[in-house]
Amino acid sequence: MADVITYREAVAEGIAREMRRDPSVVCLGEDIGEAGGVFKTTAGLLKEFGRERVWDTPISEQAIVGAAMGAAMTGMRPVAEIMFSDFLACCWDYLANEIPKVRYMTGGQVTVPLVVRTANGGGLGFGAQHSQATENWALTVPGLKIAAPSTPADVIGMMAAAVRSDDPVVFFEHKGLLAAKGAPAPPGHVVELGRAAVAREGADVTLVALASMVPVALQAASLLAEEDIGVEVVDLRSLVPLDMATVLASLGRTSRLVTVEENPYQGGWGATLVSVVADEGFALLDAPVRRVAAECVPLPFADVLEEQVIPTVDKVVAAVRSLAAY
Amino acid sequence: MDTAELLALYEQMALIRRTEKAAHDLFLQGLVKGTTHLAAGHEAIAVGASAALRDDDYVFATYRGHHHAMARGATVEECLAELMSRATGLCKAKGGSMHLTKADANMLGSYAIVGAHLPMAVGAAWSARLRGTGQLAVAFFGDGATNIGSFHEALNLAAVWKLPVLFVCENNLYMEYTRIADVTAVPRPAADRAPAYGIPGEVVDGNDVVSVQEAVARLARRARAGDGPAVLEAETYRHFGHSRSDPATYRPAEEVERWLKHDPLDIARGRLIEAGVPEETVTAADGRAQTVVRQAIEAAKSAPPPDPREAFTDVWADGGAAWRT
Ligand SMILES: Cc1ncc(C[n+]2csc(CCOP(=O)(O)OP(=O)(O)O)c2C)c(N)n1
Repeated sequence: MADVITYREAVAEGIAREMRRDPSVVCLGEDIGEAGGVFKTTAGLLKEFGRERVWDTPISEQAIVGAAMGAAMTGMRPVAEIMFSDFLACCWDYLANEIPKVRYMTGGQVTVPLVVRTANGGGLGFGAQHSQATENWALTVPGLKIAAPSTPADVIGMMAAAVRSDDPVVFFEHKGLLAAKGAPAPPGHVVELGRAAVAREGADVTLVALASMVPVALQAASLLAEEDIGVEVVDLRSLVPLDMATVLASLGRTSRLVTVEENPYQGGWGATLVSVVADEGFALLDAPVRRVAAECVPLPFADVLEEQVIPTVDKVVAAVRSLAAY
Repeated sequence: MDTAELLALYEQMALIRRTEKAAHDLFLQGLVKGTTHLAAGHEAIAVGASAALRDDDYVFATYRGHHHAMARGATVEECLAELMSRATGLCKAKGGSMHLTKADANMLGSYAIVGAHLPMAVGAAWSARLRGTGQLAVAFFGDGATNIGSFHEALNLAAVWKLPVLFVCENNLYMEYTRIADVTAVPRPAADRAPAYGIPGEVVDGNDVVSVQEAVARLARRARAGDGPAVLEAETYRHFGHSRSDPATYRPAEEVERWLKHDPLDIARGRLIEAGVPEETVTAADGRAQTVVRQAIEAAKSAPPPDPREAFTDVWADGGAAWRT
């Protein structure tokens, strides 16, 4: 086993491990076969598994996700790729109205074990229609599980959990992390959905982050350590199920909370998280909560503009510093 | 088709017709909430198609799907109990009229978003092919659904992957209140589009159960042989308005009259009599249907409401609804 693996390689490896294990796992999406995906996140799958398991589709987001749903209802475990998460809007009916509701409205008769994978988020200068962090769209829909790993090993472990899940999972792969390197995952690695990770321990402030914001939070924590501010970084890893137990336990140690979100502030997951803290963990707090999130504008193209909109290490450092002094 | 089979199909259609009438009456009595989209007039499509399918074939329907659920084996009592919000309902009273589903008979649901289920049927057919089961998937939908993107995406994908799926359009001339002809670029909204995807598009009298059965049987054989999908446009008419709140006054009187005379039950009855089946035999089938429906109404009425805790079951595969730890 290599000593490091990229996040990008981890996606293909995670899918391949599940395809080897379970013949009912099949993939479909635009350019996922011969081309290996526009982000090369399905590289090698066609070669190993052949055309009966890896299917190139037309540009038909509704048909991709709708067909995945029909296949999932009838004995398969499809893994559907939607190239950019922005394009989820083209098949939003399936994510919002069909997939998450069919089990409930049939009184439990129908199960939909599928994964919709998609490249999420900014940082690569793709402009407003190819850069959104859309995990909060999915968060508004009861019945979807939401995975958003930040490390290569978690990609593999959470892909295993997502594919094996009998419930539908939207799997957000962050574009800004694709080239990131990390430790490989041991054989049989599974990271259960709904288990946050404490990515760094600290006694003064809890920083809760997701996906691309985890490395930002970790960098901020390193800088703050030089000022003797101990930051505990919680990597949520999944939004549904949401691991509030880990967040509340961390607050029990630090009594201060900052969330770091790439999605816009309004309607972001941080709002849900802090509302639970306000409900159930108010007594744990010694300071107000702070949310660092994206601004409410479409994502601009130029780096210098994008930095104005998406949370940066500086913005996180400033928020934590103000809170530590409270 | 022999007369015994035709008589059985007639009885099934009579059962559906009386159930729709019951749904209508129960609504007026305040016992059915929300809305209903009755399929009275469309019976021959569901019954004829089902007669041509294998028991393990998959069926997907729209919010106008009572007839498909029943044709695939849902009992009158389960359906009426669902409409009346009873614990014994087909979907435990979580679905209602627009979502009747009988999964253990591979009737995989009724969907209230126009056109949404067409790609699902494609997926079910894809899965059948991957598993090598020889099963077919059928999507029943309205003429209005032919102008939504998912229809076109589904036809293309099914065609390019050569999947065993049939797209059966119930063309009742109207969407909700608008004539399909006024908003569609071609005269046959479903059949005329099929050739654009390289697949056959046929038209059939959707009120003649025998014609529907024969057409579906032929297209099903073709699909199972690996020759790919097909579109069948079945011409029909709804006896009631679009939904409960619609008196359908926008339909010209002579059009209504003409179609009511072309009733699927009358056509089947005529075929039976012509084949020498005694009038009393047909009337006896009507009587049996009437008894079943009457008993089902009573049983559904006396069934209990759902346990309020059921609101919090069945979101996830573990049965529960927890979104957090
Ligand atoms: C996507 C979507 N748009 C609009 C509606 C509202 N709506 C419900 S039924 C209907 C008419 C559909 O007509 P058709 O497909 O011909 O089916 P029919 O009701 O005649 O069986 C409309 C517009 C809907 N349910 N879904």
